[in-house]
Amino acid sequence: MYPAVRYISFGDHALIMEFGNSINPEVNRKVHAFHDVISNAKLSGVCECVPTYRSLLITYDPTKISYEKLVSEAKSLEKMSKAGISERKARKAIVPVVYGGDFGPDITRVAQCHNLKEKDVIRIHAGREYLVYMIGFIAGFPYLGELADEIATPRLESPRLRVPEGSVGIAERQTGVYPREAPGGWHIIGRTPLKLFDPSWQPPALLQSGDTVKFRPVSIDEFWQIHSAASRGSYDPFIQE
Amino acid sequence: MSIAMKLFRVIKPGFFTTVQDLGRHGFLKYGVPISGAMDDLSLRFANMLVGNNLGDACLELTMLGPELEALHDAQIAVAGGDISVQINEQDAQMWQTLRVKTGDVVSLGRIQAGCRSYLSVRGGVNVPIVLGSRSTYVRCEIGGIQGRQLKAGDEIEEFDVLQPLGFRLSVPRDFVPDFGAEANVRVVLGPQLKSFTEKGVETFLSNPYMVTIEADRMGYRLEGPAIERGELVDTISDAILPGAVQVPASGKPIITMCDAQTTGGYPKIAAVLSSDMHILGQAKPNNWVRFQRTTLSEAHRALVKYRDKIRTIESKLLQQRTSF
Repeated sequence: MYPAVRYISFGDHALIMEFGNSINPEVNRKVHAFHDVISNAKLSGVCECVPTYRSLLITYDPTKISYEKLVSEAKSLEKMSKAGISERKARKAIVPVVYGGDFGPDITRVAQCHNLKEKDVIRIHAGREYLVYMIGFIAGFPYLGELADEIATPRLESPRLRVPEGSVGIAERQTGVYPREAPGGWHIIGRTPLKLFDPSWQPPALLQSGDTVKFRPVSIDEFWQIHSAASRGSYDPFIQE
Repeated sequence: MSIAMKLFRVIKPGFFTTVQDLGRHGFLKYGVPISGAMDDLSLRFANMLVGNNLGDACLELTMLGPELEALHDAQIAVAGGDISVQINEQDAQMWQTLRVKTGDVVSLGRIQAGCRSYLSVRGGVNVPIVLGSRSTYVRCEIGGIQGRQLKAGDEIEEFDVLQPLGFRLSVPRDFVPDFGAEANVRVVLGPQLKSFTEKGVETFLSNPYMVTIEADRMGYRLEGPAIERGELVDTISDAILPGAVQVPASGKPIITMCDAQTTGGYPKIAAVLSSDMHILGQAKPNNWVRFQRTTLSEAHRALVKYRDKIRTIESKLLQQRTSF
């Protein structure tokens, strides 16, 4: 975490607020908290915000707000919001997953790599809550962290051309879910029946940056039950508190 | 109320033809890229020529144009990269309003200069609006015609709500862009300038880079002198926007374009000005790209100038009315 937020200009219509230079939940939570602050402020000339691991990108229309003005507005919001910044309440989702087998072909390798049994990999992966650091790569893909060191595994040496929709993967100290079929180099350890992205939804992504996620191991039978409920739109993975 | 009419049946789809408008804004945080016309200026020209709103959806043609059969009378225009246009095997002109009648066959050839051309139809191409835009984003099958490029047999609809123009519009010759084999674009340096040595920045700014065969709507890989990176290279993924010049370990730059993914971990040495993106959108493999450094305030003046230029062209164009 930097002692003071860094303001960096990007191109001719974006400002980056950088909060630190590492991937960790504390820095990332700051990003989401400030994303809320900027969004709520509804500054004229600000177009959209993109929260990522350690920074927040803010796009603007330079004919409506100058870069200097935007920076000074952001700085004063930053000062004003310092007190409230840790109180952000994250949404919590429980994501059902079938681990191993055809749905998670790499779980054996992950287990071997760490001298664990498959069931230990499942226990460890499903045993903690993850923060959605950011959405990127393909529409609706959540980057989740931090994965326990015991199962942190490097990317595949050669990426697969097709990773099926719903695949749950791990790479280094991160885990993520493929919202649709795509090429990918993450170790695939399971699959969720949930749909993560639908352009007809408002908003289009099930998970958003700053949410928290916990995985729940399910049987194949339950996978298909949830799959059909989810495709009817009658499955809510969020915990109501 | 809008009435959609079937306007064209696709006989041959061309190399890569998609529906595009000015893009899908506001969804970057969900991982949805902006998409939209790679050459927004030519898309605007094409729309002006049929009296549309400048951001209406058009067909974006790439390298080789399609062949289309008209299913009813309409007015169309073609602007952008230099392409032959034929209506029933008779030569027709780019950069002006054209009339087609039911049964006419519109054939577009190979793009000679530039990489992309835009075919507009009076009223605009009608496909469903997805997340605020009609633009096609092929990778996630969003927008356009079923989220994909055109294929033979597709039918293209237009909005049949406008009266036909009673006159022909044409773009004054002075305003027709020159699509050379060298794209000179202005950049502002950063945001990860510190990941590069001074020598690296110098290399980047003083050499032409060639567009390789790996060039599409997502981005262009460039070939040229390797850009030297510093000892402390920042590789944490953050947000990327079209026009960002990323430099992987090879030192060979990659420019992100309209369909690029929204996050990435290569350090960015610079970003191309919004007002120059249309030039880059016409670059094709083996073309050269040169980067010229500007300050942020120069970039902002350039954007104002660009928007003024579009307004000027539109008013000049409306004065160039001729009869059909």
